[in-house]
Formats: sequence, C-alpha cells, structure tokens
Amino acid sequence: MVSPAPHAHGSDTTRRLMRDVIIALLPAFAVSVWFFGWGALQVAAVSIATCVALEWVIQKFLLRTPPQTSDLSAAVTGLLLAMNLPPGAPWWVVLTGSVTAIGIAKMSFGGIGKNPFNPALVGRVVLLVSFPVQMTRWALPRGFATTDAVTGATPLALLKEGLNNGLTVEQIFDNADFTYLELLFGRIGGSAGEVSALALLAGFAYLLARRVIRPYIPVSILATVAAFGGILWWANPERFIDPLFHLLTGGVLLGAIFMATDYVTSPMHPKGMIIFGIGIGALTMLIRTFGSYPEGISFAILIMNAAVPLINKYAKPKRYARNV
Amino acid sequence: MSNIYHLLSERLPLLRRGLGGGACSFSIGGIHPEDNKLAANSPLQALPPEGTASIFLGQHIGAPAEAIVSKGERVKTGQLIAKASGWVSADIHSSVSGTVVAVEPVADLSGIRQPAITIQVEGDEWLETIDRSPEIIREIPSDSAVIIKKIAAAGIVGLGGAAFPTHVKLSPPPGKKAGILIINAAECEPFLTSDHRVMLEFGEQALIGALLLKQALHASKAFIGIESNKPDAIRELQKIIRERGYELQVVRLKKRYPQGGEKQLIDAVTHRRVPSMGLPADVGVAVQNVGTALAVYEAVQKHKPLIENSITITGKNLPQQINALVRLGTPLSRLAALAGGIPAGTGKIVCGGPMMGKAIVNMDAPTTKVTSALLFIPHGEAQRRKASNCIRCAKCVQACPMGLEPYLLIKLTQRSRYDELRANRMSDCIECGCCLYSCPAHIPLLDYIRMGKGELKSSKLKVENYPTDGHRL
Amino acid sequence: MQTIILTVVTLTALGAILAAALYMVAQRFRTEEDPRIDEVAALLPGANCGGCGFAGCRALAEAVVKSETMDNLYCPVGGSEVMQQVAACVGRTVEAREPMIAVVRCAGACSLRPPTSLYDGAASCRIEAALYKGETDCLYGCSGHGDCERACLFGALRIDAATGLPVVDEEKCTACGACVKACPKRIIELRKKGPKGCRVFVSCVNKDKGNVARKACKAACIACAKCSKACAFGAIAIEENIAYIDFTVCRLCRKCAAECPTGAIRVNGEWRMENGLAPSPLNFNP
Repeated sequence: MVSPAPHAHGSDTTRRLMRDVIIALLPAFAVSVWFFGWGALQVAAVSIATCVALEWVIQKFLLRTPPQTSDLSAAVTGLLLAMNLPPGAPWWVVLTGSVTAIGIAKMSFGGIGKNPFNPALVGRVVLLVSFPVQMTRWALPRGFATTDAVTGATPLALLKEGLNNGLTVEQIFDNADFTYLELLFGRIGGSAGEVSALALLAGFAYLLARRVIRPYIPVSILATVAAFGGILWWANPERFIDPLFHLLTGGVLLGAIFMATDYVTSPMHPKGMIIFGIGIGALTMLIRTFGSYPEGISFAILIMNAAVPLINKYAKPKRYARNV
Repeated sequence: MSNIYHLLSERLPLLRRGLGGGACSFSIGGIHPEDNKLAANSPLQALPPEGTASIFLGQHIGAPAEAIVSKGERVKTGQLIAKASGWVSADIHSSVSGTVVAVEPVADLSGIRQPAITIQVEGDEWLETIDRSPEIIREIPSDSAVIIKKIAAAGIVGLGGAAFPTHVKLSPPPGKKAGILIINAAECEPFLTSDHRVMLEFGEQALIGALLLKQALHASKAFIGIESNKPDAIRELQKIIRERGYELQVVRLKKRYPQGGEKQLIDAVTHRRVPSMGLPADVGVAVQNVGTALAVYEAVQKHKPLIENSITITGKNLPQQINALVRLGTPLSRLAALAGGIPAGTGKIVCGGPMMGKAIVNMDAPTTKVTSALLFIPHGEAQRRKASNCIRCAKCVQACPMGLEPYLLIKLTQRSRYDELRANRMSDCIECGCCLYSCPAHIPLLDYIRMGKGELKSSKLKVENYPTDGHRL
Repeated sequence: MQTIILTVVTLTALGAILAAALYMVAQRFRTEEDPRIDEVAALLPGANCGGCGFAGCRALAEAVVKSETMDNLYCPVGGSEVMQQVAACVGRTVEAREPMIAVVRCAGACSLRPPTSLYDGAASCRIEAALYKGETDCLYGCSGHGDCERACLFGALRIDAATGLPVVDEEKCTACGACVKACPKRIIELRKKGPKGCRVFVSCVNKDKGNVARKACKAACIACAKCSKACAFGAIAIEENIAYIDFTVCRLCRKCAAECPTGAIRVNGEWRMENGLAPSPLNFNP
C-alpha cells in the first residue's frame, strides 16, 4: 500500500471531539435534572432524539449520502438546544426547535462543517421569537419533589422588569430570593443549561484539559462582559448591577463555553477568536442593558457568527516568516 | 525592541530556556506524535557488501553526476565512479569493490527508473588512500578552502533528507555570512534512531566534524541541537566537549515535532526566523545534520568518501530492531532480510520516518546517500481513514509550525486561486505533515497542499525555495 | 401624521442626494469601451471554459477586437463556424479549421493491467503521479482518479467503472483542452474529429521497451513497427518506443490497426482485445 506522507495519524476524530463536548456538558445537565426534575430530562430526550433522527433521515433520503449521525454532531446540537430551553417546555416546541436547528440551520447549508450559524442557537432564537410565552415560562427549581410546574422569572428578567418599573437595583433584590452562591450552584430559575455556573466551569476545564477547545473565545467573552458591566456599575450602581451578576446569569457561561466555541461557526486562529469574543461580549451587554430583551448572548453569538468569514480573512495567524 | 530581545536571548541562553522545562523549542505550532524509538538500544552493525550494488547518479539536489566508468570495468571501494556535472551537483563513489555490470536505469523506491551504475560485488578491496584505522585525528586544518574542497571531493550531501550538496551550502552567497552553525541532531521523527546511535558510538568523530564545519564557515559559535528524549546522547556529547575543551555547545530541545525542521531548529536555538523564501544564511545561520558532520570528519580527516550511512530498520511488528551501517546501493530487501524479513500484516513500507518518509513499492530499490530508515507499518495503522467534512476545528492551523492555514490552502488550491495562495504563503509550507496528522476529519490536507505548491511553481509565479537540509526530523 | 410626512420627506431627500452622488461618480469614472467587444462576446459560446487561453469569453472578445490579426485567437468550443462570424464582425477573415475532439491514449483497463500496489492517498491523479509510478507497473498509463472528469466543464468525460479509464462523450466534447491540461500523464490528446467521427490512433503512451511495456499491460504499444511499415502514407513514426499516428497525414485506411499485434491502435473507441478477439476486423462506431 502506498500513500503520500505522513504515514502516522493522531488520535483525534470528529466523533471523539463531539463525545468530549457531550461529556463536558453532562455536569451542567445533571445539575439541571437535579433541580428541575423530569422536565429537563424530557426536553433533552425529545431534543436529542429528534435532532439525530432528522439528520439521519435528511442524509439518507434527501441527500442520499451515507448517514453520518455516528459522528455525534447532531447529538451535540440536540443536547445544546435542550440546555437552552426552559425545562418542561412542551414537546412540540422542542420539536420545532430541532427541526429549525438541524433542518434549516445545519443540513440546508450542506451539513456538518458548512453551516454559517450555530444550529442550536438558531433553533433557540426562532423559538424565542415565535413562542415567547412558552419560552419564558421558566420552571422554578423544585427538583423531583413536585410534579406540577411552578413557574417564575429568571434573575435577569426580574432585573429588567424592575428597572423598567423605575426601581433601583437594591430595591429589586430586596425582594429576590437568591444569593450569588445559589447562582454558582444553580438553584435559580432559567433554561436547563444556564443554571449552574460551577458545573459549566467544570465542563470548561474538561474541554481545555482534553484540548478540545482553546481558551481564547470564552475568556475574551467573559472578560468583555465583566469589563463592560464593571464600567457601567462603577458609573451608576443604582441603575446597573455588578459584573459578577452578569457573568453568572442568563447563559453567559453556557454561551461562552459551549455555544460560541462551536468549531464551525467560530474563527480559526487566536487573534480572530479574541476579536470574536470581544464582539460577543460587547453585543451581549448592549442588548442586556439597552435592548428590550433581558438576555442577549444568543443574539450576540449569531450576529458575530455572521462576521466570522470576515474575521478569518483579515485576522491571520502568527506566521513563522515575517516578510515575503 | 525585538532586536534587543534577540541580542539578549543570544547572550543568555538560559533566559530563553526559562519556559519549557529548560529545553528550547520553536515557537509556533507543532505536534506530539508517539515516540516509538524502538531501535534506540540496538548498536550500529556493519552490513558487509554482497551481491550487487546499484548506485544512482542523481542522489542529490541539482544536476545528476556523470558516470566515468563503463561496463566491465573493475572498481575499488571508495573509487570515484561519477563526477559532479556542475556546481550544484555531487561526486559519487563506489561503495563496494567489483566489476561494473551495467550503466543503465534502475527502478527506485517508487518504481520509476533512474540512471544508475550497477556493480557486482567481488571482495572488499578499498582504495589505498583511505585511512581505515580507528584512530581519531583531532587536528583541524585552518584553511577553510581545503576543508570545503575535501568535502566536495568526498561527494557529501546533506544527510538530513534533502541531499543538498554540502560544499554548496558551505559557500554562502556573497555578502551573507553564517556566524552560527547549528548541528541538527534533533531526530524528531518517530521511530528513527540512526542519528542517536551515531552520537553514542561516533560522538567524538561527529563533534570533530562539527568543528570542521565551523572552521569551514568561519562561524563564531556552534550549537548541537538534541531532543530531550535522547538524554544519553546529550550526556555523552557534553562529556566529550568538557574533556576535550571543544568550542561547541549542546542545546537540549523539547520533544516536539518538527523540532528538527531547519527553520524550526533555527528558531528554537537562536530565536531568529528565516524570512519567507529566504535561506538560513539570511539570518546568519547554517544548519548541518549530525550525520553530515560525521561524514565530513571521515572525508577530511580520513579521506573516506561518502559511501555508507546509518539506517534504522524498525517497525512495531518487526522481530528485531536494527541500526545498521549500510553501503550505498544495497537493495532494501537485504535490509529487510537482516531484520528477519517483512513481518506478516505489514500494510506499508516506508523509507524514512512516518511523518515525512516515502512509501515504497519496490523493495529491490537500492539505498541512497539520504536513506535514513526502513519502517514497516502494520496494516491497521497504515491505512488512511475515510475523510469526512471539515468541521473547521482549526487544529491544522494550531499545528502548523509555519503559521499557515492548511484548511484555507487546500480550498484555494482546489479553486486554483494562485494569487490568494501566494498571499497566504503557500510556498512557506515545509511539508512536515502536522496538519494531516492532527485533522480529526482525516482530510488529506498535505496531499493537496503539495499539489498546490507544484501548481504554484508551474503557474509562473516565481517561487524558488531553497532545499532544506535537516529533514531527518 | 407629522411623523409620517417627516419620514417621507427625509427619505426622499436622502434618496435624491445619493442618486445625484452616484450619477456624478458614474460620470467621472466612466470608461469608453469598443462596442464591438460586446458584439463579439455575444457571438462566443459564453462557456468561459478558458479553452482559448484567455480568462473567459469576454477576455477573448477583447483580444479579438484589440488585435490586428486573428492568429492564435481561436475558440475551440465554437469552432470554425463561430470564428468565421467573429472575424466577419471585426472585418477580418479566418481560415477554416477542422473540428477536434479529445481522445484517450490509454487502453490499460483494469483487467489488462494488473495492479501491483495499492494507492491510499487523496483521490487525485496529479497527487498520485507526483508520489510514485502508479498502482500498476505501467508508469505512463491512466491512473483513473478522474482529474480529467473534474476538469471538464461540459460533462463530456467520465471514468468508466469497469475499465477505470475515461470515456469521451462525442456529442458533448468541445475540444477546449481542459482535460489535456488536467491529465498529469499527458494521455489525452486533441485530434481531428475526422469524417463521420472516424479516428485512428495509438492508444498507448508507454515509452518503455516492448518487453517491459507488454509485461505491465497487455494493451501496450510495444513499438514493433509493423504499423509504420503497413502505412502507405508515412503517417506513423516510432520514437522513444512508441508509435504515433500523425492525424494531419493519416488517411484513415486502418491497415495499421489490422497489423497491430497488441491492439494498441484503435479505430475510435473500438477495441477488440477486451473481448479476447484478435484485433483484425475493423468496424466503425456509429
């Protein structure tokens, strides 16, 4: 047998990388199941099953190519979508989300590697715009104890509503029943994936250790959010909340660690990754503080996804040789 | 600013070794393939000549040599049989004694017939001028012209793999001076151990060769770069340097592929970077392989031309791991027989290391001056995996030691966008294989990049690249 | 109401100003172009295949208008007919040329050319050719990865699954020469299409000596010179162990094909050795 050099190959495969992403998501998923009970589990099951099945069907019958669902990328999309939905969302909402994510955002562009926008986020945003009621009916963390869903607002929505009613930050949180420690561990209302900061950070550490992702994007997003929030807070602590709150709520961590780092829709080299991250961080904070949505990272990531080809074209990696 | 940094880092080697566990390394990209130095503990054994030897006339970069013997003539070991046919060309000597049976093409590794001289071996009668005593001659001629002349007369080429005639490399273009000599002993390719054994067994000779090269270049400094996975070789050379007071310095390099790439080695040792399409001489550096240094010693001090080299015969399924001193022109099948024959389940036979070696189709092909290894890869590992879609993970960009974007280069190649290929420095590629190694989608990146480089050259966009020594990575 | 009026007025004003600016810029940077370029471009096929050696049909049209003569300006796709019209358009004349077609000069089907190694690199003829001799012992023969098929803009070439060789579709081939450039082994040649599509050519480019060539491939030309002796018109020359029929001299008498012991000389695509028949009787492909 003959082939051009090299004759050795590393152990990385698409499947292995995707499997690692799933493993990294598991702690956060486990926490959400612990707090939200069957609702979270059911959403995830529907989402993953429909995503994988849809990709298989499209590849087999529409594109007539050998199905490649075994590379697990559809499963990752499904899980990420589930982590972005409120636990206990109706099954038809989830189904709509996965059809949008896989059918429209991924396969219509040619499948894995070709989609310009993060499929899970497209799914989520379409749902958010189409079904605002179902998408903002957040279950409160009650665990498996009760079956009837008690719903409430997320901390960010609470804050936005309060500010719009002319209250100061302090007044709003006098009535709120959560602490930063709870934000860290996840006993708050929110979508499945955004509740436990600590579990998400554990996943981040795992991805870094396995060299699945590089730290540039998450770190630059978080740093931008913190800096942006910090400046506002320093200017007017009555109108704006402190940066730590911004970091721990509203899926910033989920977005920064798992959504923005999606290979296909992020830049290819450190310089570009940092530009991308700063863009996402700044847009998120603009939407949060000045926009009408309480939460902005999904939109921010999708907007920056559109800028990725441009970033790749102009931000080049460090070359070995300086001059031509 | 960067000048000050470079000045400092040259003056204070310890400063730049602060990071990276005290070992130097290049600064961009690189991968960590499995080491697999299976033959590291097998001493070099000499393989006596036997049967026939076919010696190619074009074993080097540049014009092929012209045969000066004809069919039926008797030759001695070490006798000149083909003369260099230009400045960038090299003499070729008989590696055996016997009768010339043919001066016609012989199939090479890839089955393509190349002009060669075939000699029937009869005994082993050496040319009288060659000093075959084991005595080490330490005096170094002071005239660099004499050294270069002797090197040219011995037909020495860069043994790292590129086979560029050494006497040409030692005569840098006017106006450029190589103040620093780096001896490349990184041997960063997995499986390869022949340089390692040379350092352990002919350490002092190689060091004297390094001194000769340094003298020939009038270099002020000489470093020997060795990867940290060869601690015994580092210790051995350091001991000799200390005892003899040689003006040489051993640099410990981090184990990382392609540490032995010429440009990477220069970066690791001196923190200088060769400009795009430039020569090492542009940054005042010359790089020579450690095997070349040994050949230079033998040529200058012992009058022995380049007629044999050290070859590693290795593979995971091979019963014996062997390092051998082999005469030029020995058929590869003899080497395989030495190691117990081609093992069952071999999928691919490679001449050279697994990263940059060439897959062989013709086991009767003779060895050349730059043959460094014969590697047997089991079937399962040899097969390329099926390519899938690019997931834009940027692992290739991360791995590229030249800071290129392989994924982009192949896309542009497939669309024949030569201007953009040039803007994206396609011709900087050193074909080390890091991109293909690290690709999770198994896309044959390097195959296409190589093709693109060829097309770029033929598309009249002038791309002249200096053939690099130091490819025994 | 006021808001609506304000909006309409502002946008109208803005539109007017920008339109004026655009008009001025367009006036300022207007380039004069020979109107004949458009006329010539309209005559050309518009395939932008590059077969003429220019970047596209419009580039050829520009060259035609600017140049003094019609030398070296030829659209192989449109052929002689189109070039006559083009020449008439710019007031020149051009000699008629015979239509050409791509022919594949390799008959080494899988069954006749036993593979001796297995290629496992990227599926590209050029990459394989740069690496080594190829999967069989014939280092001149077709490697069958379909670089020509991919290069053809007209879909006129496809690799036959059974033989592993490219097949030219007579209807679709425009003789643009893209496949000739794409083939690293220079197997494909543009030859005269011939009356009723009849062509006689040596379907082999193996430059090895007869015995070596024959060993590698049963369909190889072994340079036995029987054909050149049989040819009454001196159309066949043997150089570097290979026979070549000069199609400008050949009169299509097909005596050479009858003489050829290996069947390397083919009349059109017909080749009887594939079926184990002696290569004597001749027949045309309709």
